[in-house]
Amino acid sequence: MFGRLTWAAVPFDQPVVMIASGTVGFFIFCVLALVTVKGWWPYLWREWITSVDHKRIGVMYIFLALLMLVRGFSDAMLMRSQQALAAGHALGYLPPEHYDQIFSAHGTIMIFFVAMPFVVGLMNFVLPLQLGVRDVAFPVLNSVSFWLTAAGVLLVNVSLVVGEFARTGWLAYPPLSEVAYSPGVGVDYYLWSLQISGMGTLLSGINLLTTILKLRAPGMGYRQMPIFCWTALASNLLIVASFPILTATFAMLLLDRYCGFHFFTNDLGGNPMMYVNLIWSWGHPEVYILILPAFGVFSEVVATFSGKPLFGRRSMVMATMVICMLSFLVWLHHFFTMGAGADVNAFFGIMTMIIAVPTGVKIFNWLFTLYGGRIRFTVPVYWALGFMVTFVIGGMTGVLMAIPPADFVLHNSLFLIAHFHNVAIGGVVFGVMAGISYWFPKAFGFTLNERLGKAVFWCWFFGFYLAFMPLYALGLMGATRRMQHYSNLHWQPLMLVALSGALLILLGIALTGVQLAVSIRQRERNRDVTGDPWNGRTLEWSTPSPPPAWNFSHLPHVDRADAFWGMKQQRATAGTHVGKPSYESIQVPRNNPTGFFLAFFAVLLGFSLIWRIWWGAGLGLLGAIVVCLMQAWRTDGEIEVPAEKVAAFEQLHGLNERTI
Amino acid sequence: MSAAEQALATGDAVPLSLKGPAPKRVVAGYGFWLFLLSDIVIFAALFAAYAVLSGETAGGPTAADLFDKRHVLIETACLLASSVTCGFGSLAVQSGDRTSTYFWMMITFILGVTFLSLEVSEFGHMLMIGAGPSRSAFLSAFFTLVGTHGLHVTLGLCWLIVMLLQVTTLGFQPMVGRRFFCFGLFWHALDIVWIGVFTIVYLGAHL
Repeated sequence: MFGRLTWAAVPFDQPVVMIASGTVGFFIFCVLALVTVKGWWPYLWREWITSVDHKRIGVMYIFLALLMLVRGFSDAMLMRSQQALAAGHALGYLPPEHYDQIFSAHGTIMIFFVAMPFVVGLMNFVLPLQLGVRDVAFPVLNSVSFWLTAAGVLLVNVSLVVGEFARTGWLAYPPLSEVAYSPGVGVDYYLWSLQISGMGTLLSGINLLTTILKLRAPGMGYRQMPIFCWTALASNLLIVASFPILTATFAMLLLDRYCGFHFFTNDLGGNPMMYVNLIWSWGHPEVYILILPAFGVFSEVVATFSGKPLFGRRSMVMATMVICMLSFLVWLHHFFTMGAGADVNAFFGIMTMIIAVPTGVKIFNWLFTLYGGRIRFTVPVYWALGFMVTFVIGGMTGVLMAIPPADFVLHNSLFLIAHFHNVAIGGVVFGVMAGISYWFPKAFGFTLNERLGKAVFWCWFFGFYLAFMPLYALGLMGATRRMQHYSNLHWQPLMLVALSGALLILLGIALTGVQLAVSIRQRERNRDVTGDPWNGRTLEWSTPSPPPAWNFSHLPHVDRADAFWGMKQQRATAGTHVGKPSYESIQVPRNNPTGFFLAFFAVLLGFSLIWRIWWGAGLGLLGAIVVCLMQAWRTDGEIEVPAEKVAAFEQLHGLNERTI
Repeated sequence: MSAAEQALATGDAVPLSLKGPAPKRVVAGYGFWLFLLSDIVIFAALFAAYAVLSGETAGGPTAADLFDKRHVLIETACLLASSVTCGFGSLAVQSGDRTSTYFWMMITFILGVTFLSLEVSEFGHMLMIGAGPSRSAFLSAFFTLVGTHGLHVTLGLCWLIVMLLQVTTLGFQPMVGRRFFCFGLFWHALDIVWIGVFTIVYLGAHL
């Protein structure tokens, strides 16, 4: 009846797991109880769960990512504390089979369910506002994308309590991930949760790409498009071009596991190295999917807080698009040790070094933007400066490993771990944190507490260096990744330093919570009444904070890059034009529960497939089809906001006197 | 009329990229194009896997042993002809002609079903003689590549039925027209993929 699912699937004998999941379960129960007692369900359903507003969906993505950051980081704490303890005769407190699940879950969650929703959330929130339009191209699809991502998140976290997670590392290389060596449900959890959330990411990529290429304010050609939109364009191009490879690769592994195919098996002609090639031809572009929007955030932040236009805008755009293309030509540097031969390795080594050139161009562009500017040292600027220092170090260790002979020594060592955390934390996390503090007032109408924001920054900054610089040294001393235990006692002091760094980052994450709470309490004091708290340059700052559902009452006319800066200058020289602007009624998309219901059935489908409950899988599939058909027959997709309501809103925010 | 056509008709000098948000029809078609490109990337990965594994027969039957050229030629003819009828159907949708929409789309449907049943009979025959996907890496790659195309055709046929029902219940609303346009793109894209399958898998077997 329930396939492989029995009570034995719940690990009652593992205290660490039971305490962790018990705490999470209790927390979820408390939240649900609070929502029920306070009667917030109708509000949540109406304003968030069924919302198709890109701003709400963006906020939900980032909320999801913050939650998963806590989950992924607790895995990191487990690993750092285990490695601090388990030296010599000490064995630590995590048995190998559990430790293997922890590092697999940490990598999977941090990339797919922290970094991706952070970046997609920022793009979702910012893009239509910067482009000067009312929503993304396909608002309902946007909600579907979000909820499919949430479905993947749910499945990954269910694996904590029901069954197990993969013990294969975050990319599940075969033959280890084949049924012969991983007969349990761990790899199936991994595959189905990523297939479902990957579908969401792909749809979101198509949606945002269409938005950038087809929906821009009148007058906004590519030369006038804000730099964050350019980086988002590159990132979404990469999503559309690379995520299908991931889907196809996982589909092949699933066929191997479920139907006895032989794509990647050891016998009957299967080729495990083909999996490694395929997965990295998704995986390397994925790195740039994450980092390019972060570059975009830094470009916006640096220009805004220097009070200058971005230096070398054209070269910045070129560098972005060159990185976008080159990112598909370097995948083999992840496995120089495969034995492809000197010629192949040399090609990919050189391509990898070349990609450092456009990245260097960007660093200089930011430096020259800062040069001679009136820099305001706000929290986003802290993150940007911290990024520039940290990312350069990470980039240099990357170029170092791009030399194949050096890579043979450093492959799969802690040096590699230090390198990619150096660029992932120093680049993506810093970028996202900068973006959150930069755009938070736009989303919620008040600024975040600056003092606490700076404290968060310093915790992450020093925490990062303390946690990962020792790993560079340990890697050179011969320590490999994914060690549950080591016998060389000389490594232990550095492992303890790394643990202290992780604790400092933990403090940073905790302070983010404090910062949020304090800022919400002080919101009246930090209210952003102008809609333009930073003296911004791009169109999102021309709307009230938070913007109305329709974003712009009149679509702005754009005649240059930094369009809003230009409007403000014009207003300063020409004076305020007082007149009665006329308002028209505006069509906005109606709330739609399709995404939520689809995700519900996707979870049912995924869970049933993982446990081989075939009737459940059939039910999930049928449910998803019915939901799609109901959506296909919906004809009331839009509602009209009457002109009077638009006018009243504008009046309230004192916008009716502006030149438009 | 799309923005580009408008610009041509009026001789308007403002470039398309500066004209502001594109109309819904353009946006829907464009988004669907991007989806098709991503779908073709899936096929690209499967073609790559087939190219790598096509020689890995593990002592089992090879491509030359298994494929019947005449059978595949009929399949191909059906699918290509269905693209033509789908084109006529799309014209009928554009002119809002219900009868010829039903007529051409039903022929498209019948040709698609014929294609599918030929494919299923080929697969069935291979399974009968013990040349199933678990026999060797070559056959795994073959069944996955050709099967994924077949799955797409199946989904396309289901979509076509839904669209005909939509015409019946909703008439030729703009929404229905946009979806039919996307369906046409989908159906033609499957032809393009099939040309690849025909060339690389079936003709390649006899090189």
